[in-house]
Amino acid sequence: MEFITDNLTALLALTAIALGFGALLGFAAVKFRVEGNPIVEQIDALLPQTQCGQCGHPGCRPYAEGIAEGEEINKCVPGGEDTIRALADLLGRDFVPLDEEHGQTPETKMVAYIREAECIGCTKCLQACPVDAILGAAKQMHTVIEDECTGCDLCVEPCPVDCIDMLPVEETLQTWHWQPPKGIGSRPGELIPVRNIA
Amino acid sequence: MSRRLWDFHGGVHPAQNKKQSSETSIRAAGLPDYLVVPVQQHIGTPAHPIVGVGDRVLKGQVLAQASGFVSVPCHAPTSGTVTAIEPRPIQHPSQMDALCVVIEPDGAEQWVEREGLGDYTRLDKPTVLQCIRDAGIAGMGGAGFPSVVKLGVKPDQKIKTLVLNAVECEPYITADDRLMRERAADIVTGLQIVAWLVEPEEILIGIEDNKPLAIEAMRQATADTAMEVVVVPTKYPSGGEKQLIQMLTGKEVRSGGIPADVGVICHNTGTAYAIKRAVLDGEPLISRITTITGDCVPEKGNYEVALGTPVGWLLQQAGVKPTDLHRLIVGGPMMGFAVHNMAVPVVKTTNCLLVPTAREFPDPAPEQPCIRCGSCAQVCPAQLLPQQLYWFAKARELDKAMHYNLADCIECGACSYVCPSNIPLVQYYRFAKGEIRNQQQEQQKADHARQRFEARQARLAKEEAEKERKRQERAKAAAAKQAKKAPAASAAPAAGEAGNPSDSATELNKLQTAAAATMKRYKDAQKALAQAEKSGSGNLEALQQKVAQLQAKADAAKTAFQAARAEGAAPEAQPPSAPAEDPLAALKAASAEDFAAYKAAEKAYEAARDQGADDAETLRLRMEELKQRSEASKTAMKEARAKQREAIQRQNAAADPLKAAQIEVAKHQVLLKKASKALQAAKDSDAGAIDHLQAKVEEAEHQLQAAENTLKQLQQEHA
Repeated sequence: MEFITDNLTALLALTAIALGFGALLGFAAVKFRVEGNPIVEQIDALLPQTQCGQCGHPGCRPYAEGIAEGEEINKCVPGGEDTIRALADLLGRDFVPLDEEHGQTPETKMVAYIREAECIGCTKCLQACPVDAILGAAKQMHTVIEDECTGCDLCVEPCPVDCIDMLPVEETLQTWHWQPPKGIGSRPGELIPVRNIA
Repeated sequence: MSRRLWDFHGGVHPAQNKKQSSETSIRAAGLPDYLVVPVQQHIGTPAHPIVGVGDRVLKGQVLAQASGFVSVPCHAPTSGTVTAIEPRPIQHPSQMDALCVVIEPDGAEQWVEREGLGDYTRLDKPTVLQCIRDAGIAGMGGAGFPSVVKLGVKPDQKIKTLVLNAVECEPYITADDRLMRERAADIVTGLQIVAWLVEPEEILIGIEDNKPLAIEAMRQATADTAMEVVVVPTKYPSGGEKQLIQMLTGKEVRSGGIPADVGVICHNTGTAYAIKRAVLDGEPLISRITTITGDCVPEKGNYEVALGTPVGWLLQQAGVKPTDLHRLIVGGPMMGFAVHNMAVPVVKTTNCLLVPTAREFPDPAPEQPCIRCGSCAQVCPAQLLPQQLYWFAKARELDKAMHYNLADCIECGACSYVCPSNIPLVQYYRFAKGEIRNQQQEQQKADHARQRFEARQARLAKEEAEKERKRQERAKAAAAKQAKKAPAASAAPAAGEAGNPSDSATELNKLQTAAAATMKRYKDAQKALAQAEKSGSGNLEALQQKVAQLQAKADAAKTAFQAARAEGAAPEAQPPSAPAEDPLAALKAASAEDFAAYKAAEKAYEAARDQGADDAETLRLRMEELKQRSEASKTAMKEARAKQREAIQRQNAAADPLKAAQIEVAKHQVLLKKASKALQAAKDSDAGAIDHLQAKVEEAEHQLQAAENTLKQLQQEHA
C-alpha cells in the first residue's frame, strides 16, 4: 500500500502519457491512412513500362503487384539485368539471373513498323497495342507512332498479313554518347599528351 | 592599381606552345569551291532550313531559322547558289552526319540589305536582344551556347559583375589573343553593348599574363571607360567560366547553378566582337578567327574563315600537305577531339585546328591500372574526386557517380594530363554522363508509356462498364415486357449473370497477352532453329525439342484464350438482341481468317518460288488447299447471308403482306428480265438450248403475272 501511495504521481503521469500518445497514434493511423500498397508504386516505377506481357502478366503494373505478393523478380525481359538489380536493391532480395523461360533481353531497343502498302486495315494490331501507339481505323491503313511505341512486339502476332516489322531504333546525334575506353592495356583513343619539344 | 585575386583549386601548367601562331597577323582564308553550313552549330535545338535547293542566296541571308528558345539561326557566309540540303559529315566525335546546307559561291560577295541599329541606347532592350538572336551568335569559346539566352537577364536577378573571358588558357590556341591585339576597339564596343543590356556594377576583362601585347592593347582601348583589365596568372583551366569567376570575384558558383546565380555574367572575347558586328554593322555571324597550328603546318597563324569552309581546303591554304597529315585535332590539345574526315566544315565553335607531327604528339601510351596516387584529385579545378568517379564510371555505378557530382565535371582534361597510368579519365566521364542522360530520357519515356497504358486501361474499363449497363437495361426491359405479357408468371431473372464483368475482361486480357507472348517465343525458337539448321550447329535436337514444346504451349495458350472468349461471348448472345446475327458474324470472321491464311500461304509460296526453294511444291499444295477452304467458307457465309435475308423478308411479309407482295413482284420482274436477256444472248450466238430458255421466259412471265394479281388483290382489300 505504501508503495502505491509513494509512486502514485509517477504511475499517473506514465498512464497519462501512454493514453496521450495512444490517442495521437490512433488519430494518425486514421488521418494519414495510406490507400493501397506503396511498394507496388515503387516497383512499378522501376519496371520499363514496355507493357509487353512477356512476364505472363498483362502489363507492368500487374507484374509489380505480383512481385509485391512474392513473385520472382527475374521475369522482366526488356528490363534485363539492370531492372533485376534495381528490384533486388529495393526489395532486399538476392539477385537472380533472368528467367530464360520468358525470353532473352534484346540488345537494341526496337520499334514496330507497319509496311503500309500491305496493311488491310483489320484493326487487330490496334486492339493489341497496350499504349495506343497505333493509329488507324477499320479498312484504313494503320501506322505506328514511333515516339509512343515501346517495342513490346504484341502487335506482330495478331497481324493476319504479317506486315509489321520490329526495327532497331537508330542512333542519332541527339542520342549518341561517348563509349567507354577499352580498358587497361589498350591505348587511349582521343586524348592528347601535351609536351614541350625543343 | 592592384586588385585582389583569388585562386581556384588545382589546375595544371602544360607547355603553352602559343608563340608558333601568335606572331603573325590575322589572314583572310579566302573562299573555297563550296561551303557546307550545318544547321546546328550551337547547343540546343537544330535550326530549321528555309531555303530550297537551287535558290540563289546573298551573303548574310538566313539559311535556317531558329526553332525554340535555345536555338539560333544560320546564315549564308557568302553569296551563291544552294546546291544541296542533305546530311553531311560534321565536326562531332561521333563521326555522324548532320543536316547541312551546301552553297556554291559565285564570288560576287553580294550582301543582303544590312543596317546596324546605330545608336542602340535609344532603343529598348528586347529589340537589341532580338538583333543579337537574329545574327545567330552562339558562344564562341568552344561550347556554343546561344549568347542571347545568357544576355536575357531575368527582372529579379541583379548582375553585379560582367566578365569578359579573354583568358584563352588552352595551349596552342591564340585566336582571342590576335583578335585583341588587332581589333581591341571593336571588342570593347561589343562589351559596352553587353554592359548596356545587363547593367552591371563593374566590368572586368580577365587576361592571362602570357599575352602582354593583348593586355597592352586592351588597356589602351579601355583607357577612358569604367572597364578594368585584370591580369590573371597562367594556369590551366583558368579560362573555365566558373574558375575565372572564382579568380576574379572570389565567388563560387554552386553545383548545378549558373554564374547569374552569384550575380556574374561571363562572355567570350569572340562573342563580344560578334555582338559589335551584329548590332552596329548589321552583320550576322558568318565568319570567325580560327588558329591553325601544329608542326605539320608551314603557315601557322590565325585565319579569318567563312563558316562552312571544309577543313581539308583550309589546311591546304595553310600549306599542309595531305601526305604529312598524322592526325587532325579540332579544339585545343586538352579538350579537343580528333577528326578523321577532311570534308567537315568550320563552324561557330571551331577556335583551333591542330595538326601535329607524330613526334610532337606521339600516340598515347597504353592505359595502366590506377595506382590511387591521388594526383587527379589535386589538380581537379572542380574539386571532385576523379579516381572515385573513374571507378564508378568503369563499374557503371551511375547513381554513385551522380552522387559524387559527376555533372560538375567540366571535362578540362587536367586529371588525364597528370595521370601517371595514362588513364583516359575524361573519356570515362563523358561516357558516364551520356549514359546518365540516356537513362533519364528512358525513365521519362517509361513514365509516359505508363500514363498511356493507364489511360487505355481506364478507357477499356469504362467501355466495358457502359456495355454492361446497356445489357442490364435490355435485360430489365425484356423482363418487364415478359412480366406484362404474363403477369401471373413470376418475373424472369433480371440480370442473367451479375458477376463482375471487368473481372472476366481482365482475365480474358491476361489470357490474350499470354497467348501472344507464348506465340512470340515459339516463333523466336523457330527462327533460332532455322538459323541453327543453316549454320549446321550441333544442338539441333535440343532446339527441335524446345520448338515442339513451345508449340504445344502456344497452342494450349491459344485454346485457353479462345475458350475463355467463347465463354465470355456466350452469355452475351443470350439476351434477345439479334439471335440470327451471331452465326453470320462467326462465319464472316472465319471466312476472313481463311482468306488471310490463304494470302499468307500464297506469299510464302511466291517467296519460295522466287528463291527456288525445294519446298515450293508443298507450299503450293498448301496454298491450293487453303484457297479451297477460303472459298468454301466464303460460300458458306454467302449462303448464310442469303438465308438471313430471306428470313428477314419472311418476317416482314408477316408484318406487312402488301409490301411483301410488292417485293415479290419486283423479284419476278428481275427474274423475267434475266431470263429474256439470256434468251436474247442465246439467240444472238445461235446456241442450242433456245427452246428451253423460251420456256423459262414464259414461265417467268407467268409468275410475274400471278404476283401482280396478288398485289392488286391486296391493294383492293387494303383500300
